[in-house]
Amino acid sequence: MRTARIAMPKTARKGDIVEIKTLIIHPMETGFRRDDVGRPVPRDIIGLFTVTYAGTEVFRMDLFPGVAANPFAAFTTIATETGEFVFTWTDDKGVAHVEKMTLTVS
Amino acid sequence: MRSALLALVVLMAGAIAATAETRTSARELLPPELQAQQADDDANPGMLWVTSGQQLWSMPAGANAKSCSECHGDATTSMRGIAARYPAIDAKSGRLMNLEQRINNCRTANMAAAALPYEGEDLLALTAYVAHQSRGLPVSVRIDNAAAPHFEAGRRFYFERQGQLNVSCSQCHDDNVGRRLRGDRISSGLPTAWPAYRLDWQKMGSLHRRLRACSLGVRAEQLDFGSPEYVNLELYLAGRADGHLVETPGLRK
Repeated sequence: MRTARIAMPKTARKGDIVEIKTLIIHPMETGFRRDDVGRPVPRDIIGLFTVTYAGTEVFRMDLFPGVAANPFAAFTTIATETGEFVFTWTDDKGVAHVEKMTLTVS
Repeated sequence: MRSALLALVVLMAGAIAATAETRTSARELLPPELQAQQADDDANPGMLWVTSGQQLWSMPAGANAKSCSECHGDATTSMRGIAARYPAIDAKSGRLMNLEQRINNCRTANMAAAALPYEGEDLLALTAYVAHQSRGLPVSVRIDNAAAPHFEAGRRFYFERQGQLNVSCSQCHDDNVGRRLRGDRISSGLPTAWPAYRLDWQKMGSLHRRLRACSLGVRAEQLDFGSPEYVNLELYLAGRADGHLVETPGLRK
């Protein structure tokens, strides 16, 4: 399991703009490097980061080998209803990490 | 004559500029956006290791299947202020230990667990988590009694010219603080931010990794992680930083 940090409010009023900040530990290995004996180090990057809110995708980000390790992403969305945020990071080995947070909207 | 005098005055002013009162955290030499990133726990990538350390804190390890929290409880209270007092003399063995060595000593002696490799992710995370509990508290290490010879050895190491470049730590970190060196500015050499996230490394790293980078920079021998010379130096640096606030996890270029 990877370590990720997500900063978002637990509650919001309907119509509020909610800011969400995310961090995850990931080497973002470019695939262009070689190890001590000259063998290529296989690429392992997070290529896709998606966030769904109550089942609807609200954020999608493509990442490339030029992105630094431990990528940070921040975005805003509008609080519409009480529901679950599902954060999914997908790397070259498949789904790297999933985090879930609930936003209560009043 | 007058110009020579003036030069002397300027030189003296330079020397005075690097006294204890004017030493500042390397944070203040960072560009504003990186300072802001360090200050924001939701954007500071070093906090990822703090979070990992928090998970490890309550994870059982070793033959006795004990975790750190079983003895030490809630780290936010039990570990508060601990890192500000390290390196310190271990009462049992009489050895000078830094925080990493203290954690490993606790694992081998009390948990019957294997020592974690220095600079491995787990030890970095645990050290960062424990050090983070002292954030905002002033560094205050003991440099008297049993620690005194270690402090003196560290002081000697700090002022000794080393490596093919034949420079001492002091010639950069006292005499040239704030001036540019490669892509960065020279710090006062305060160890208050460590373990810190270094953008150059794209990960968390220990103070000893930073010291090894300095040794390489002056083309001196890179000593082992946790070597007595570096621990002595760490004590001297901590003594030099007396009263400066712990800021782990720092963010550095």
